[in-house]
Amino acid sequence: MNFKQIIIATACALSVLPAVAQTDNLKIGFITDMSSLYADIDGPAGAEVIKMAIADFGGKVLGRNIELLTVDHQNKADIAASKAREWIDQQNVAMILGGTNSGTALASSRVAAEKKRLYINIGAGSARLTNEECTPYTIHYAYDTVALAKVAGKAIIDRGDKDWFFLTADYAFGHSLEKDSSDVVKATGGRVLGSVRHPLNASDFSSFLLQAQSSKAQVLGLANAGGDFVNSMKAAKEFGVDKKMKLAGLLVFINDIHALGLKNTEGLLTTDSWYWDQNEETRKFSARFFEKFKRMPSSVQAGNYSATLTYLKAVKAANSDDTDKVLAMLKKNKINDMYAKNGYIREDGRMIHDMFLMQVKKPSEATKPWDYYKQLTTVPGAQAFTPLAESKCALVKK
Amino acid sequence: MEIFEIPLPAILSQLLLGLVNGPFYAILSLGLAVIFGLLNVINFAHGAMFMMGAMVTWMGFTYFELSYWNMLWLSPLVVGLFGILIEKTMLQWLYKLDHLYGLLLTFGVTLLMEGVFRSIYGSSGLSYSVPEALQGATDLDFMVLPNYRAWVVLASLVVCFATWFVIEKTKLGAYLRAGTENPRLVEAFGINVPLMVTLTYGFGVALAAFAGVLAAPIYQVAPLMGSNLIIVVFAVVVIGGMGSIMGSILTGLGLGVVEGFTKVFYPEASSTVVFIIMAIVLWVRPAGLFGKEK
Repeated sequence: MNFKQIIIATACALSVLPAVAQTDNLKIGFITDMSSLYADIDGPAGAEVIKMAIADFGGKVLGRNIELLTVDHQNKADIAASKAREWIDQQNVAMILGGTNSGTALASSRVAAEKKRLYINIGAGSARLTNEECTPYTIHYAYDTVALAKVAGKAIIDRGDKDWFFLTADYAFGHSLEKDSSDVVKATGGRVLGSVRHPLNASDFSSFLLQAQSSKAQVLGLANAGGDFVNSMKAAKEFGVDKKMKLAGLLVFINDIHALGLKNTEGLLTTDSWYWDQNEETRKFSARFFEKFKRMPSSVQAGNYSATLTYLKAVKAANSDDTDKVLAMLKKNKINDMYAKNGYIREDGRMIHDMFLMQVKKPSEATKPWDYYKQLTTVPGAQAFTPLAESKCALVKK
Repeated sequence: MEIFEIPLPAILSQLLLGLVNGPFYAILSLGLAVIFGLLNVINFAHGAMFMMGAMVTWMGFTYFELSYWNMLWLSPLVVGLFGILIEKTMLQWLYKLDHLYGLLLTFGVTLLMEGVFRSIYGSSGLSYSVPEALQGATDLDFMVLPNYRAWVVLASLVVCFATWFVIEKTKLGAYLRAGTENPRLVEAFGINVPLMVTLTYGFGVALAAFAGVLAAPIYQVAPLMGSNLIIVVFAVVVIGGMGSIMGSILTGLGLGVVEGFTKVFYPEASSTVVFIIMAIVLWVRPAGLFGKEK
């Protein structure tokens, strides 16, 4: 066979695949970063957690088997959008769970709204999902950039450090986080001296950090996440930036702390929506997770579990997988499980629940593996997220 | 004193940082240039070999408590042997075919290696600390230079120029160059050309692993660390001229500096500036800055 023949043969073989018969399964689609800088926060383990939730629910709803489809969006919004479209049009997916990366989340949210299908995002941060770009079909479940700014951002300013400089990941999430944090800084009498934007998944941060240092600001706000956060922290230590400025990780996951080690992160203030060692229920879930993956779950992975169960309960209660009926049920009932207590979904799609101000422990304070956070305060959901009165979402009646 | 509203110390520090980052490009593009020059293979697996060099360094410390200094030669050796294995079992059958086949094979090897490491160690990476002797930093007044970075510059420059010297100025290098020009004739003189080619591939790959060891304490040791870098390094090789040893060293250093300055004047473009330069160079000098037109 020559090269051309091989290509033709492959194309023929591939074209046969989608013709596999449609089944009557209730399908859930999960779009996230499976292989790059956010894959440990969510990724394959995040998908596995959704399967756990489905199994815990009994594997069936309305007499139909529940099936999970997953895809790696590779941090590209066009891949996320086209996959969402394909799943809804060709696979009749009942609900899409969105993972990390705000750019992909905003794109999927628009497709879901256009197709009038439910989209629940857990891993992405941008508060625009339920603010400027809210849709009747999007639910933002775990955290958002406003809550990150209002919890840890505010706590840092309250300690007396008022001059900020931002190191920002140059895409939707970083922009939102920088804007929302700047708003909090200014509202509490602080000043923003400037910012520098780095490409997503950058490898070398030294140059950006020196620019930050020459601003003479007191606080360096890291408006990035995952691998970018880890690498910028490392470089900040290396170049002695942490001696002259206080570092504020605005979105930190437990996996990042694990990667950096307590020695490099002790004392860091951060916001989280959930922590594995909060109570009996969270520990029980985490022990199951640990058995499979030999690490503790991130708050996003816990959110995946909770969101899946919440959705399946609503389908059962509505006795239908019709999007509008399920949505009505979702907004009617409170969410009480190992992830959220008395959580509820607002008309703009924001799930309101408690957020926590965490501080990273000193190496001497940690008594067991993954013992990383001290919970300082609990911020009630109504204070942590955007108040409805300030919302720019068109669905909010004023 | 200010240039374009940027204070001089800031300019100086960015210049120095560029010189610090350049050697990574230089040493990686050097390995690619050696392999392309002597084997005519576009080695897409170079980034994965770089990653493997860093990974092996981490493993050496974690599982066998081998120090950084031991890994500095051990890791390139291990990865070099791995490269030889790949050359012997797969790559050597492709020399007579189009470049595309070598590229596809090495690209496949990359995906395979990244996948294996990702499934074992996850994607957020592992941390490796700076060796004790090189910890700390020197305050240069306009910036703080970590001692380790200074060592990286020194070590990579020495390795780069040693490689250039061996290939361009010694008898061994002359055999190598002759072997690629006319393998039959050189073989007729009683020189084992296939062995030479195998060892060259092993050496080129070992260079990537050496860069990996140098990078381990600076960046997170992560399965994807190579794939971020390899595209830029390819651009460096193209700008310098495919197969030109000195060209890739100088271009690597120069582009590090250019990239550093872009981060000051227009940070958003810092990930693309290398490709803009590549486009311009290809337009003006299709064979690259130091390449010879055939």
